[in-house]
Amino acid sequence: MESTPTAGLEGRALACRRGGRTVFRALDLAAAPGDLLVLRGANGTGKSSLLRLLAGLLAPSDGRLAWDGEAVDEDPAAHRRRVAYVGHNDALKPTLTLAEHMRFHAALRAVPGDACAAALDAFGLGALAGVPARFLSQGQRRRAALARLVAAPAALWLLDEPTNGLDAASVEALARAVARHRASGGIVVAATHLEFAGASARTLTLGAA
Amino acid sequence: MSAALALVARDVRLALRTPAETLTILAFFVIAATLFAFGIGPEPQALARVATGIVWVVALLACLISLDRLFQAEADDGSLDQLVLAPAPLELLVLAKCLAQWLTTALPLVVVSPLVATMLQLSPHGYATLLASLLLGTPSLTLFGAVGAALAVGARKGGALLALIVLPLYVPVLIFAVAAVEASIAGLSPRPHLFLLAGLAVFALTLAPFAASAALRQASE
Repeated sequence: MESTPTAGLEGRALACRRGGRTVFRALDLAAAPGDLLVLRGANGTGKSSLLRLLAGLLAPSDGRLAWDGEAVDEDPAAHRRRVAYVGHNDALKPTLTLAEHMRFHAALRAVPGDACAAALDAFGLGALAGVPARFLSQGQRRRAALARLVAAPAALWLLDEPTNGLDAASVEALARAVARHRASGGIVVAATHLEFAGASARTLTLGAA
Repeated sequence: MSAALALVARDVRLALRTPAETLTILAFFVIAATLFAFGIGPEPQALARVATGIVWVVALLACLISLDRLFQAEADDGSLDQLVLAPAPLELLVLAKCLAQWLTTALPLVVVSPLVATMLQLSPHGYATLLASLLLGTPSLTLFGAVGAALAVGARKGGALLALIVLPLYVPVLIFAVAAVEASIAGLSPRPHLFLLAGLAVFALTLAPFAASAALRQASE
């Protein structure tokens, strides 16, 4: 018998195998609109794998992943539309400017590009909009990767160590963006070692067993 | 659809900002063909007899070496994840990348091919068909090559693997293209061969995006 569908993201008995090794199994998680779910765990406990699994880049070897009660693998295109993923790499091309990166990302996500300038401003990159990515520092590149979240709105943010290389002010900017996203009913799942300013975050610790 | 066009525009812009990559491929094309001229000797008849084959084999190898970074560069900087997660079908985005790749590497090869053909003493009756065969044949080279490039993403000796996967797929294109040019030089109609080349291009166009997308999804797991 099916239980009542839960709004937002829900994973039941998720399992992930990589290279013949079980990374995690029987993992349950749920995140309702407005939730921030922080993934914790030692290196190698599967935080990145779980994020890629939630994004749909990686198929779970067992279990069920659902959005608003519907299995995501039934309509992968709909799931791709609602996912914004920031991985370890910043996905920047050395010769393209930040403004070009934002416009391309908006076009790729099939959203209007009006939020691009505001997205760069939100992460203090407004003055660098015309600068090619190869002249940026590591922290600035990371901020540009995060600015994509604002440039192309999506319901579910999946952030893999988003604060890597960020200074305190940029972590603040990220916390503000996350708070705004949650206030508008968005869901954030983030693997991070830093405390997010946003209170009422829920924590999922991997590899605890 | 606009996502695909944006991807074409981005890749063309990237190629224009680093013209060295396209120029390297063109230089390879001209220099490798020159080596054949030196190796075979200056007798016009000897060169003319093999000119078609040389132009085509060298153009094919130039296409091959340009494919190395097609998807590997996207995988290395994390852009591949963004492409796989884009709402548009990955097949369409693969097609967009192939179009940009063709515009920035294969089309310049077609443009300089008459120069190389002159150097190799190609018969004047063969020029028009050589251009037609390159225009019809190089899209297949790019599309089949994209399948190989997608399969080779993440492989340690990607370049060598790419050649092993792709070169056998290039054989039919080479055979029909050279046959078309030889037919016009001999005063026969090249049309049957050109139609077969067009058929191969349609085959590649319908099959390659699906095969390459499947390989890319596998690579981004």
